[in-house]
Amino acid sequence: MPTVEKDGTRVWARRDRATRLRIWLGWLVGTVVFVYCWRIIGESTIWSFVWDAPVQALDLASRMVPPRWSYIGRIWRPLWDTINIATLGTLFAVLFATPVAFLAARNTTPSRWLARPLALLIIVSSRSINSLIWALLLVLIIGPSVAAGIVAITLRSVGFVGKLLYEAIEEIDKNQVEAITATGASRLQVLLFGIAPQIMPAFAGIAVYRWDINIRESTVLGLVGAGGIGLELQSSVNVLAWNQVTLIFVTILASVVLSEWVSAKVRHAII
Amino acid sequence: MNAHAATPRVWRKPPFIADPRLRWAICLGALGYLVLSYATVTVNWGRVLEGMGRGAEFVLAFFRPDFVSRWGEIAEGFAESLAMTGSSTVLGVMVSVPIGLGGARNISVLPVYLVCRGIIALSRAFQEVIVAILFVAMFGFGPFAGMLTLAFATIGFLAKLLAEDIEAIDPAQVEAIRATGATWLQLINYGVEPQVAPRLVGLSLYRLDINFRESAVIGIVGAGGIGATLNTAFDRYEFETAAAILLIIIAIVMLAEYTSGYIRRRLI
Repeated sequence: MPTVEKDGTRVWARRDRATRLRIWLGWLVGTVVFVYCWRIIGESTIWSFVWDAPVQALDLASRMVPPRWSYIGRIWRPLWDTINIATLGTLFAVLFATPVAFLAARNTTPSRWLARPLALLIIVSSRSINSLIWALLLVLIIGPSVAAGIVAITLRSVGFVGKLLYEAIEEIDKNQVEAITATGASRLQVLLFGIAPQIMPAFAGIAVYRWDINIRESTVLGLVGAGGIGLELQSSVNVLAWNQVTLIFVTILASVVLSEWVSAKVRHAII
Repeated sequence: MNAHAATPRVWRKPPFIADPRLRWAICLGALGYLVLSYATVTVNWGRVLEGMGRGAEFVLAFFRPDFVSRWGEIAEGFAESLAMTGSSTVLGVMVSVPIGLGGARNISVLPVYLVCRGIIALSRAFQEVIVAILFVAMFGFGPFAGMLTLAFATIGFLAKLLAEDIEAIDPAQVEAIRATGATWLQLINYGVEPQVAPRLVGLSLYRLDINFRESAVIGIVGAGGIGATLNTAFDRYEFETAAAILLIIIAIVMLAEYTSGYIRRRLI
């Protein structure tokens, strides 16, 4: 039991000397890093703008309310586009991610030295890059359109769905697969009757979960020109029409809450 | 022989959704949606074909990334991004801990609980990029707005998970500390903290990871960091520079993921 000397008697302490020293050292390093980071930020900040922020915030708030409700007529179409981007993006992502996941899972991969690293590389590079960056790139390649948004969401989601799915595949019960194999089933039949039923709930759960995230992400893709409600947001911010921005925020909030509710409901029904 | 032999029954795989009405409704709904969305999403195939050359150029750029010609801007962007990541995570964690404590039903009172949960919900509702737009409008362009954005987003993530963690702790230990006549602060320090600290450290490291990824994005709306450099590179069609930036991002993300994974494995 670690103790400390206090007035000649030994008193209980939570940690011994070495641990206390290590924790103290950790705090020291953390503080130094934080102060250094703060300095870098401080150097490239115009402080007069920062001190001005409360005034700016009040000004912004006064411009934002009341929201311009009449603007709603122009929002429905972009909102529909946003939902399409998220839904179709998720759909394509699931289609691409399924084979990738089977290649990446240790127990189903055809080759451990070629297919698995390749599949893992696809998953990692897709996961590291945010959908907005993918969108930035795709707008350059295939032009500013809803299609660019769909492809951006697809590229970002493949890694996410693939990773969760291959982890689910690796956790399946071997006995069922063995039982199907023992009946003399072909590889495809083993896949369909031994593995697929076991991962179906996880699969549906992952797809709906990603769809929910994609609704959030697709609302901002328009900022770089990839269609949806973000386009309206961008043009409203550019002309400083903050009362329209408020309305767009309300719409985004409503759709996010709705999609979260749907996703929670579906996942609850599955599990 | 009975009637069963006359019509041999064949085993069929049980469907995933047991209720046939729900199954058909979902299938029809999905089909209807696909038709509707196919009709409204217009793809300009001519433009897509035209862009394929540029796409190939970009893919090729990954094999000859150009780190050199814009190195000054790249280094500055990454320094800013990493600084934003570090300071926003520290700031976010510092604010998240009291909010997480207040948001845990078992150790806080109802009014405090509601306020803290309200803050968490607000922070979770909006995407980082949207928050960044507002903060840039308030605090001006640059990494300060970006840092605040990331810190704000950290609260929604960390405080929520911390509060849920605290709600799931073993009440016996808290009871034991309370029985010694401990004050509220001592109760938190000796009864609650040892139970949630390892996971809090793990979550903070995970959030550090996320904050770096996000810091690459919010620069696009003017909140500083590598995102601004990347945006400029794309605007100038300098695919080699953009590829270099993306490769560095992937490398840092992978490095961070491995390091934080290693530390978390050692802690838990």
